[in-house]
Amino acid sequence: MTMQIADSVSLSTPDAKARRHAVAAGENLRTEPRAVRIAIISVAVLFLTVFVVLPLVVVFAQAFSRGIMAYVAALSEPEALAAIRLTLLVAAISVGLNLVFGLVAAWAIAKFEFKGKTFLISLIDLPFSVSPVISGLVFVLLFGAQGYFGGWLRDHDIQILFAVPGIALATTFVTFPFVARALIPLMQEQGTQEEEAAISLGASGLQTFFRVTLPNIKWGVLYGVLLCNARAMGEFGAVSVVSGHIRGETNTMPLLVEILYNEYQFVAAFAIASLLAMLALITLIAKTILERHLDEGHDSRDH
Amino acid sequence: MTIEVKNLVKKFGTFAALDGVDLKVDNGELVALLGPSGSGKTTLLRIIAGLDWPDSGEVSFNGEDALAQGARERNVGFVFQHYALFRHMTVFENVAFGLRVQPRAVRKDESSIRARVKELLDLVQLDWLADRYPSQLSGGQRQRIALARALAIEPRILLLDEPFGALDAKVRKELRKWLRSLHHEINVTSIFVTHDQEEALEVANRVVVMDKGKIEQIGSPNDVYERPATAFVHGFIGESIELPVQVADGVVRLGDRPLRLAAEGVASGASKLFVRRHDMLVGAPGSGAFEGAVRHVRNFGPVQRAEVALFDGETIEIDAPRDKELSVGERVGLDPRRYRIFTA
Repeated sequence: MTMQIADSVSLSTPDAKARRHAVAAGENLRTEPRAVRIAIISVAVLFLTVFVVLPLVVVFAQAFSRGIMAYVAALSEPEALAAIRLTLLVAAISVGLNLVFGLVAAWAIAKFEFKGKTFLISLIDLPFSVSPVISGLVFVLLFGAQGYFGGWLRDHDIQILFAVPGIALATTFVTFPFVARALIPLMQEQGTQEEEAAISLGASGLQTFFRVTLPNIKWGVLYGVLLCNARAMGEFGAVSVVSGHIRGETNTMPLLVEILYNEYQFVAAFAIASLLAMLALITLIAKTILERHLDEGHDSRDH
Repeated sequence: MTIEVKNLVKKFGTFAALDGVDLKVDNGELVALLGPSGSGKTTLLRIIAGLDWPDSGEVSFNGEDALAQGARERNVGFVFQHYALFRHMTVFENVAFGLRVQPRAVRKDESSIRARVKELLDLVQLDWLADRYPSQLSGGQRQRIALARALAIEPRILLLDEPFGALDAKVRKELRKWLRSLHHEINVTSIFVTHDQEEALEVANRVVVMDKGKIEQIGSPNDVYERPATAFVHGFIGESIELPVQVADGVVRLGDRPLRLAAEGVASGASKLFVRRHDMLVGAPGSGAFEGAVRHVRNFGPVQRAEVALFDGETIEIDAPRDKELSVGERVGLDPRRYRIFTA
């Protein structure tokens, strides 16, 4: 349930112009009879209530059903604390990696012309089109005991599956597109002239990147990081395959929610779920604020 | 700083942007690269700046191989058509950029940087805009700031890519004059690209006319206007009447009618006759090389522009002085005061 919320947050892209056009078009089309309008709006509101608001309310209602003390106690369980720590750690690793990968990929795609560029763009989107479970299985096939590198890893006593590296890898793979996707259109729109100007003024590559490129895309970077983080913390499928569900060790928050729920520990399950739900709400608010900054960036462009 | 370009070739796929270009620019010159879009002028400028690389050929500054250096080392000031100001920096920081990114060993201290930026903003007469952001400036102001930013690094060469291309007509004219006087003041070797002949002829000491990746003519503004070297230059610069003619043994024919025009030294075959609109003198019928009837007259400015249908089917536009008003339907004889014939 909570994962659904996180996912729906992450699927939209920062396309401010399209949104503005949609709003404008909506005003022009406001010619239907009043009854039709009310009917359509009611359907929409009903749908949102049942599928978005109600689940959110249920999560918090269940979490606090035995009172605040039970809620706090559920969150202070060692298993819960371990899951929270692991989730934060994995999110930090995968967001960090994807920030670097995403920046590099977007920079290469937006600022240079090379063969296979279209292919690279499709490749970046691959994690979006592959089921997370498959993504997880890929890592099992690669690093599992029977996998390609399984033997070598065992010989060198390196644990990837059923440990933090495997979970971080799977999460990184699944969340790879977010930063790159947020930056590519932005950087393409900005073009390369400012960079060319910087270089002709004597700036080195790094100076150009840190003084010109990065400041121009900072809101886009934050946007990508935000969505990447929301997805990384909420990821279930891929992580479930590679985690091994070792209690107190390799359970992330979404995995723990499922386990606790299956064990009829509803308060504990929904307490953890409520944290994820809060993450989703905070992400939504932050996203709205960032989009405003991105819009301003568009508006103040040179014409 | 002299710039020398030898046999420069640059292809984009199968399209030859530059097809063997040779050019020498002397110290302190202000040269215009003039040509229609796609003629390769911007590519040439970008190669000189180090923002693009030729497939073959040489570029040298003061005899030194410039292609051995990247854009960063060439110390060339580049001004972009769309300004390319750093949008997240104030005007002051934009101009200071080139000074701030210098290697620590040669970097000026903060107070000298401030003094230098102030000096440059004074030079472009925009010191009062120092704290604004580029988005708060008009187009003309932005381009002047872009110029100040390029000059901050004391460039050996100043390159301007369609510097006034994105501005409205009135601002363009002002900035043209201003650029010429600024060049007079700082006297740095400069090349600017334009597709606007008026701009090239008015601002530059020397004009390089380009078409399809080749240089058609290099000369003073007066040269390229008065003595165009090729049919393209004659057609591109100034307003010309262009007629398809046949030359055979020194006789020029339009259709099957021989024209009373001398054509010594012109090779026989299909040719093009060029006459400036104002060089076509109007006289009584039978008095000139051409005969025609006035179709349409527009009276504005210092001349009257008349559309004349020649008897062999061609229609031409001429600029006649206003002392004798032409009227629609009138039959006239036309005689070119000056003309050029180029083999087609």
